[in-house]
Order: sequence, then structure tokens, then C-alpha cells
Amino acid sequence: MANDTLLGLDALDTVAPAPRDARQTARKAWRAVWPKLAALAIVWVVWELIHLSGWKKYVIPGPGVTLSNLWDQAQTGVFWSAVGTTMERAGLGYALALLIGVVVGSLVSRIPPLRAAVGSLITGLQIMPSLVWFPFAIILFGITTQAILFVIVMAGAPSIANAVIAGVDYTPPLLVKAGRMMGLRRLSLQRHLYLPASLPTFVAGLKQAWAFTFHALVAGELIVIIANRPSLGVLLSSDQDQADMTSTVAIMIVFLIIGIAVDALFGIANRAIRRRWGLDQALLRNSCSPGVSRARRKTSV
Amino acid sequence: MSATAVTEAPAAVTLAGVSKVYGQGGAAVRALDQVSLAAAPGEFTCLIGASGCGKSTLLNLVAGLDAPTSGAISVGGRVALMFQEPGLFPWLTAARNVELALRARGVGRAERRARAADLLEAVHLGGFGEKRPHELSGGMRQRVALARALAQDADVLLMDEPFGALDAMTRDLLHDELDRVCAGRNLTVLFVTHNVREAVRLGDRVVLLSSRPGRVIADYKVPIQRPRRIDSAPVAELAGTITDRLREEVSRHGK
Repeated sequence: MANDTLLGLDALDTVAPAPRDARQTARKAWRAVWPKLAALAIVWVVWELIHLSGWKKYVIPGPGVTLSNLWDQAQTGVFWSAVGTTMERAGLGYALALLIGVVVGSLVSRIPPLRAAVGSLITGLQIMPSLVWFPFAIILFGITTQAILFVIVMAGAPSIANAVIAGVDYTPPLLVKAGRMMGLRRLSLQRHLYLPASLPTFVAGLKQAWAFTFHALVAGELIVIIANRPSLGVLLSSDQDQADMTSTVAIMIVFLIIGIAVDALFGIANRAIRRRWGLDQALLRNSCSPGVSRARRKTSV
Repeated sequence: MSATAVTEAPAAVTLAGVSKVYGQGGAAVRALDQVSLAAAPGEFTCLIGASGCGKSTLLNLVAGLDAPTSGAISVGGRVALMFQEPGLFPWLTAARNVELALRARGVGRAERRARAADLLEAVHLGGFGEKRPHELSGGMRQRVALARALAQDADVLLMDEPFGALDAMTRDLLHDELDRVCAGRNLTVLFVTHNVREAVRLGDRVVLLSSRPGRVIADYKVPIQRPRRIDSAPVAELAGTITDRLREEVSRHGK
């Protein structure tokens, strides 16, 4: 009898969400897409209005001209070679920042004296504008890709290190206690508890590090201009030299698109983790939690 | 179960004159004062007391998470600890949570799978192994935590108000579950609670602790036959006696 009651409670407490059909999926997709389309349309209209109003009309190009300029540029080899160079630097710099950040963060988070020594230094480096590093990097490496990469790493690594440290700090003490009672020690504790527990914080740190990396990269490409090595920054810089506003805005749009695209990737990773951990249900649980349904059930029992 | 559990010394917990002081000098707080207690192998001991009786401190000491300031503690066999919160790892499924405890003890992969499935079956969660903790109710999570504690193949199970956060109906059902699980395993249990009826419902004996500092002030045998119900007359009667004694102790602090 008691078992039946227990199984009954379990069944009542775990209500599986109804499977979504194609129409619901389409409606959900539309709900996510239409505000973005509307925002684009508004930007387009405002931009067109500014253009038509005649304010600095010899300088500010309309959206139609700009997009067709972008289309034309996209037909050229130089453009894609520039995009390739910029993305390659971003990828390489970010990977280096990631590697260094994770190693430094892991060591600092688990070794208290090291943390006392360099913990605040890492935050200081994180806050310090990465542009400050350029004179240093140029004197050290000259006008080279290494100089740019060096600054990118200095911009991104502190964020990643701090994310690792924060992830370890915010691991709930109860879970640490549970892990220790289970017999997890040092490396196994790091592997089975601290690393997975810090994942949500870590992903937030990865995103911030990407922003810093990308900022530093663009600044670097505008400052450190290497001959015969077209990059998006170099294209932008030469547009400025030729006072070519249309092309300037076209390249700015490319930067914007790259930023949004990479952010979307982080968004997907973040959502996947939140779903896996049940963090996305926190609000839902508070509003219509099992507690409420159970209170109702008790009166009927 | 495994061969090691059989060859080890019989499970029992002994505390001899155990004191625990937090802090130093004028700010020192004496959480436990000269606590002596012995739990026989297979005995279910409930520790009860009001706020500040050092119940959780006592469990932490027995679990080896903290060291006593003075006195000696001896524990025969392996110890597992359950908390008021389930403390499951949210990134793992129910089955994986149980498997991790087996893995920490060096159990091979194939055996882990089978043993975890058996343990979940033992707490009536056979069909829920692939669920993540957030998909389960509070009572179900606490049963996964129990399965995980059992996976540690412990001889001594320490429980720190494990059902304190559950509603009454779920709690009653989990009392039955715990009875059943303990019956076949010869587990020595130290169960901390502030709910006197729960203590009488579950325990072979109920040990009453004073508050600030924690001291053993009474030790009741519970001669009530199992299976028991929390709302039966003998349970209510003994609970009444213990509650009176507990109130006496608490009111001492108001003067």
C-alpha cells in the first residue's frame, strides 16, 4: 500500500512536458525572429531618414548604397582574405588566452598563497585597457602579428582566469562536502566536482573574454598595420585615409555581424548548459512549484 | 556486498568525552561538552535537541570532516553522510550521481551500471535513472541521495535532518523506505532531527541533547514493535514524554 502511495506521489511530481508539435515550434521560432526583423526595419528606416534629411548628406551614405557596396566588396578576394586574417588572429589569440587563462586560473584558485599574491593583479589586468599594452608590444615585437596576438592574449586571459577562479569559489560547499564524503580527493575532486560545477560561470567568462579579445584585435589592426597583409582593420583604416564613408560603414557592418554571430554561439552553449542543469526552470518552479500542487492534493487525500 | 565490508571490524560508533570549541579566548563557543555515546552495530540512534545543541557538529566530527577539541571518537567501518539538502550533482543524471560514488571507490564501469540500477530500484526509483535532479521532486532527490549514500557501502550512515525540508506525507513514506532499506543491511545509523515524533518513529533509541553547550541529558530506549506509524498511540506517548523533557531543557535558557 505504502509503495503504491510512493509511486503515485512520484508520478504526480514528475509531469513530463508535452511534446511540441511542428506548429508550436514554428510559432516559437517566429516569436523569436519577428522582433529582430522589426528592429532591423526600424534601423533601416531611421538610417534612410537621416540620409534623406540631408544632414551631412555628402558624407552619410544611405543603407541601400552601403549594402550594395558591401555586396561588391564581398565579390573581391581582398575582402575575404581580410576577413580570413582577422578571424584567424581572433581564433589563435583567443585559443592562447583560453589556454593560459585556464592554467593560471586553476593554479591560483587551488593554491591559497598564490592567490593572495596574484589574485588582485589578475583583476587589475582585466580592468586595464588593453590598448595600454600596444607600445610595449610594438617595442618588444615590432610591427608584427605577434604584437597583435600578444595584446589579444593580455586582454582575454585575465577574464578567463577570473572565470575559473569564480567558478571554483562558487561551487556550493554542500557539494564539496558530498564529494569528499564520497571519497573524491584532489585531482578527482577537480575533475568530477570543481570543473563541471564551474561550467556556467566559466561560459560567462568565456563570453567576456571574447569581447575583450575582439576589442583588442580591432584596435591592434588599426594601430599595427602590416604591409601586404590585408585585414578588416586595415581595410577600415584605408577607408578612413580615403574618406570613403560608404566602405567604412560597410566594414563596420561586417564587424557587427561577426560580433552577433559569435555571441549567438555562446548563447547556444549557455542555453544548453542551463537546460542540462535545470537552471532555466528555476522561475517556472517558483511560480507553479510541486509545493502548490501538493498542498492542493493534501486537501483531497 | 563487497568483500572489504565483511573483513572490517564490526561497525559501531563510540564517542568518549568529546568536546568541540569553536573560536578562541572570549569569543570561544563550546558546541559540544563531554559527550559520550556508543552506538552498537546495526543500531538506529536518533539524536534530538533544540537549536544550539551541536547536532550537526557531532555528525561532522563522526564523519571526520572536523576534529574534536578534546575526547576520542572511534568509528568502525566506512561512513556515509546525508544532509537536509540532497546535495546531488546537478550536471549528472540520478544514475550517474550514484555511479560516481561507486567510481570513487574504484568499482569498474560495467559493475557500476548494474549496482547503481539496483540501488535506485531499492529506493523505488527504478524508472528514473536517466532523470536529472531538477526533474525530480524533493522526496525523490532525497531517495537518490540515500541510494548514493548506500553506494558508498558504508557501515555507518549519518543523517542530518534528511527529511526536514519535505512535506509530511512524503516524509512518512520515506520513513517506511528508510526502515526497509536499513532492515536488510545491518547499518548503524545516527539520525539527527528536531522532530521528536520522527525520532521515536525511526529510532531504536533516542538520545536527548542539551543546548549551548551540547551534552547528553537523557537516553530513551524505544521498545515499540516495527512496523511503526508516526501517528500510533505508543509513538505519540513516548514522544510526549521526550517533548516534555526537551521543553524543560529549552525553558532553562529563557531565564
